Parts: sequence; structure tokens; C-alpha cells
Amino acid sequence: MSMVTSNSYLESLLQGQPQLPPSPLAWFNQLRASAVDRAGMLKLPTTRDEDWRFTDISPLAKLSFQPARAVSTLQAPDVERFYLDEAAIRLVFVDGAYMPQFSTQPNKARDLGLTVTDLSSTAVSSHGAVIEPHLGRHAGFQDNLFAALNTAFLHDGALVIVPRNAVVDAPVHVLFIATQPEVASHPRCLLIAESGSAVTIVEDYVTLQEGAYVTNAVTEFVLEGNAQVNHVRIQRDSTQAFHIGHCAVSLAHASRYRSVSVALGARISRYDLNARLAAEGAECAIDGLALISGRQLADTHTCIDHAQPDGISRQLHKCIVDGAAHAVFNGKIMVRPGAQRTDSTQSSRNLLLNAKARVDTKPQLEIFADDVKCAHGATVGQLDIEELFYLKSRGLSELAARNLLTYAFGAEIIDRIPVASLKQRLEQTVFEQTKRS
Amino acid sequence: MIHEDSKALLEIRGLRATVNGIEILKGIDLTVRSGEVHAIMGTNGSGKSTLAKVLAGHNAYQVTGGSITFEGNNLFDLEPEERARAGLFLAFQYPIEIPGVSNSHFLRLAYNTVQAQHGKDELDPLEFEDFVREKMKLLDMNPDFLDRGVNEGFSGGEKKRNEILQMALLEPRLAILDETDSGLDIDALRIVTNGVNKLATKDNAIILVTHYQRMLNYIVPDFVHVMQAGRIIKTGGKELALDLETRGYDWVGAEYHAAAEA
Repeated sequence: MSMVTSNSYLESLLQGQPQLPPSPLAWFNQLRASAVDRAGMLKLPTTRDEDWRFTDISPLAKLSFQPARAVSTLQAPDVERFYLDEAAIRLVFVDGAYMPQFSTQPNKARDLGLTVTDLSSTAVSSHGAVIEPHLGRHAGFQDNLFAALNTAFLHDGALVIVPRNAVVDAPVHVLFIATQPEVASHPRCLLIAESGSAVTIVEDYVTLQEGAYVTNAVTEFVLEGNAQVNHVRIQRDSTQAFHIGHCAVSLAHASRYRSVSVALGARISRYDLNARLAAEGAECAIDGLALISGRQLADTHTCIDHAQPDGISRQLHKCIVDGAAHAVFNGKIMVRPGAQRTDSTQSSRNLLLNAKARVDTKPQLEIFADDVKCAHGATVGQLDIEELFYLKSRGLSELAARNLLTYAFGAEIIDRIPVASLKQRLEQTVFEQTKRS
Repeated sequence: MIHEDSKALLEIRGLRATVNGIEILKGIDLTVRSGEVHAIMGTNGSGKSTLAKVLAGHNAYQVTGGSITFEGNNLFDLEPEERARAGLFLAFQYPIEIPGVSNSHFLRLAYNTVQAQHGKDELDPLEFEDFVREKMKLLDMNPDFLDRGVNEGFSGGEKKRNEILQMALLEPRLAILDETDSGLDIDALRIVTNGVNKLATKDNAIILVTHYQRMLNYIVPDFVHVMQAGRIIKTGGKELALDLETRGYDWVGAEYHAAAEA
């Protein structure tokens, strides 16, 4: 991403935000200030940038976005429909603002031995020493405009700290709800899983309107030694919206990170997931599903960075593309010098349901160690005629058979979500979405 | 069982079919009446599986001549799913695996589709569960197979049982069993054929497509047809299968060609 000195669009975006109250933590204010500076120097990526080759976000620059207004009209039933039965703890943000009235009380998290709070809360000050080494340090913003913007607007956000050896069975649900058109919000999450702890976190982007807006999210996950984190990320933004998501995961010794991300919404979505296996024996499983139609574009860029020996990574990414939609997958596997006995597999499987649908898939292996096991593969195809015939020979109509097979293709990823009610709900959504009349 | 006055379910006349422009079926004539069991035997490549696929309506096979009437209707007017709903069933030689769709979901969809066709009530998942478990007993199948993906990771024998389970659910008028015996050990063969026998009535009919006589020890055919090079070259009773088992197929071909030359 190159630099320019003036960029009116970004200036307006930066100035559009109301003055954020300063934090009692000096480093926090400093972080924000340097992000503001950096954001002013970076420009919106174009298709001439290799990382954005297939994803033209120029429509984003054509829209004017207002600061989100404070929401007062939202009623509990509007929000409750998104709740998860299993979740013991829930943080709700509306157009980027923390909503304590819809969130579970902090003492509930304390009872479970967790710290779950809003980043702007005064509670954060008491965790300053724990947060400082991590907030904004994993999702770097030096070369990333969107991460810089998000950090510049750092105010509300989810903070989850799982203390040493704490095992939390019930998932933590972080729910971001979009209610206003033509606003930009900058959701932020920081999860610190201390050594030996285990937690499941659901990062959930939903909407109550069908207008255009921007969600620019940054998530940082820190897994200390032996920690186990399940991360479910669901993007169900409006099909007019822009969704830019950035997730950075740092894995310490023998820690295990499993993620399932599902992209259903947004006119243009881009999700960058960077997992750094920073110590020996770390393990990650990163699965994704993009299910898009119409004129949607869904771009997933992942980077799994094997920096130390004996790491294991597994990745299955699937795209189901209908209409004139366009899916992009770029999966980079980096095996650094000395990262011996790395064991990595990556598979990109894509289903095109329409002659106008398009997918660009690019596995990217960079291997600088000699004793490694790395396998990758990509397929792009249509529904299998033998499978269709089998279903039809049992009385299913052509349409019912196509729907069922399309659903099944996506179900393989949905099945990996470790939260039953969410899995069920998504299965239903996918089934409805693949059910074309 | 042959019944003199039973009506013809299936009438094939002069059927010709090609795949990728190559003629595989070169004039098949066959009449199947309700209550009957027909065995179609022949070596690999004789066209028996092609006949099965043409009957089920696979679009990779082009019919280039002849006619097929199923219960008085022109079969070629019907799509594969319409044939299934009309009561024609093909047990696949190689059942397809569909990961991501649970077997119970698939079985219920198929069952309800065919039920709806007959103006009968569909079953909800709970009702179906009870119903299908009962049917599974017929084939000595473990109910765990309901929760797995359709045929996913099933052994050859398990797949064949699952095919016959579908036959038991759909209660077709005409079932074509394409090499259902292949891949079955002797115990599984006994269970599967026993299940088929229980499903046979005087109102339906079965066509067994097989390479070997083995299955015919359990499901006794009324007619045995020998196929070679896309034609039925000999038809006989159940004893013909035993002859083939001891003498092989060559003599039938020789006899057919001698007769053709005479």
C-alpha cells in the first residue's frame, strides 16, 4: 500500500468521528494518536495492489458516511433474536457503540472466572498492564489503512481475558448490530487466553437494515502456552454493506486455535486472518465458508505463519457462488527457516452455481525449511451430475436435488461450529439461501 | 412368481441406446409382468448396467430407437424423478456418497416425495425416525447409519443395504437391482436378499442385474435372460443360471451365432 499526503475521502472519514474522550491510560491515547497519523498517510488500496488485485473497493470511496447517532429506539426484542442459547456471556454493540443494557453484567463473567468488558470501561484501566503488550500490537496498522482507521477510532470494543487454566464451556458471544445506513463503525475485539485456558468466542456481525454502511473490524487473539480457543466468526451484514475484517492471532507453545468463519452478507467483504504460530507445537485449524449471490463479492485472505518447529495447520475454505457474484480466496502458508516438522494442509473448494459466477483462488506456499509436510489443493466445479442423478432417481426434483447438494457442500463447514444453536440456525439460513425457486 | 393373468408392468421393444456416440444397446425386447422376478445376466460390457441406467433415465445415455412402456405410459416422457415417483426404482451398483446430508434427512425427503405423489401424508422427522428404524430391522442395519452422511464412509455391503432400505421405504412397483450382490459377503448377501424377498409381492416386480448366479440361490428368478453385446441372446428359467454357473457364457454366444447363421 503506497502513501499519499492528501486524501480527502479519508480526511472526511477521520474528521467525521466525534471527538473521542481520552483514556486514563497514556499508552492507549498514544496508540490512537499514532494510528490517526498513520491513517492520514495511507491511501485506499486499489486493484493495482497485489493484495487487492481481485477486490475493487472503489465503490466504498464514493459513499459519504456519517458518524453513527446514539441509538435510543432499539428494543430488546430487536436484539434478542440474535442471542445464542448456549452463551453465558454476551457483549452487544450497536453501530459500534457498547450497549450495556443488552449485554450480560460484568459480574456474571467474574463468576465464571473471566474478565469480559467493554474496552472503554474504567475496568480496562485495571487491566492496563495485561492489555498494553497486545492491543494494536498483533494487528499492525503500519501498512494497513483499515486497521489504522479502526485503531484511530479505538473506543468501545470487546475485551475478554481468560485467566490461567480457566476452562469456560459456554461460549462468549460478541454481537455487533448494524442499525443505521451510511455510517462507518469500527468494531474491536481483544481476547487474551492465558496459559492452559480454554474458551469459545463467537464474533457475530448482523444487521437490522438493508442499507449501505461500513463495518471495519479488527480482532486480536492472544493464545498463551497450551491455551485452546475456538473462534466462530459470522458475517451477516446487509447485502448493500461493506465489511472489512482483520483478525490477528498469536499462538504460543502448544496452543490450539480453531476457527470457522462464515461470510453470507455484504456487497463487498474482505476478511484477513493472520495466524502466527510463534512457538513450538502450536496448532491451528482455520475453516471458512463464503455463500454469496447476486452481485456480492467476498474476499478471504489468510496467512498461516509457521515461525517455529512442530506446528500443525489445517485449512478448508469453501465458496458457493451464485448469480454474478465473485469469491476470492488467497491462502498463504509461510514456513520460516527453522520451522522444521511443520505439518500443513490447505484445501480450497469452490462451487459455481451460475455461468456468471466467478471465483479466484490462490494457494500461496512459501517454504524455507526442509523437513516439512505441506499439502494444498484447489478445486472449482459445478454440482456433480452423478450425485444429482442419484437424488432424482429417488424422486427429488432437479431443483430440490440441486438445493440439497449445494446445502451439503456448505454444511461440511457449518458442521464444524462448536455451538449447536448457532450451527442449527446457520444450517437453516444456508438451506433457505440455497433454496432457489 | 408367474401369474398367467397378471398385467405387464414393463414392456421394452427394440430398445437401442448409445453412450458418447457408441451404441451399447442394440435392440432389447423384454416384458415384465407384476409378480415376476427377472434375472439379467451377462459378462462385463454386455450392456446390462446400461439397460438399468436407461430405465432409470440417466441423461448420459441416449435412446436411439425402440420404446419402453411402464404401466401403460411412455417411459421416455418421464424425467428420472417422475419415474421414481411412478414406482420405478434402481438400486445402484455404486451408490453415491453425499457428505453433508444426513442419511435420515435424505431418506425422509425421498420417502415424503413419493408419499406426496400418492396423496398420502408426509412424515415429520420424529414420525419418520420410528418408521425407518422398523424398516432397518428388515436389513439388520444399525440405526447409527441414519446420522451419518448419505453412504459416507459406508462399506460396500453397508451401501447395498442402504439401497435396499430405500427400496423398502419407497415400495416401488418395479425394482431394478444392479449388481446388488457385488461386494457382499455371504452373511450380508443372505440378509439383503432376505430383505428383498420380503418386499416382493404379486403386485410388484424385480429385475436382478447380476454377473453371478450366487444371488439367485436366494432370490429365485422366474426368468433368466443372458445379455451379450447389447442384446438378449437367450431366455430361460432359473435352471439356466445354474447352467451358466457351471458352463460359463461362451456356449450361449456360440449357440446364438449358430442359430443366426442358420
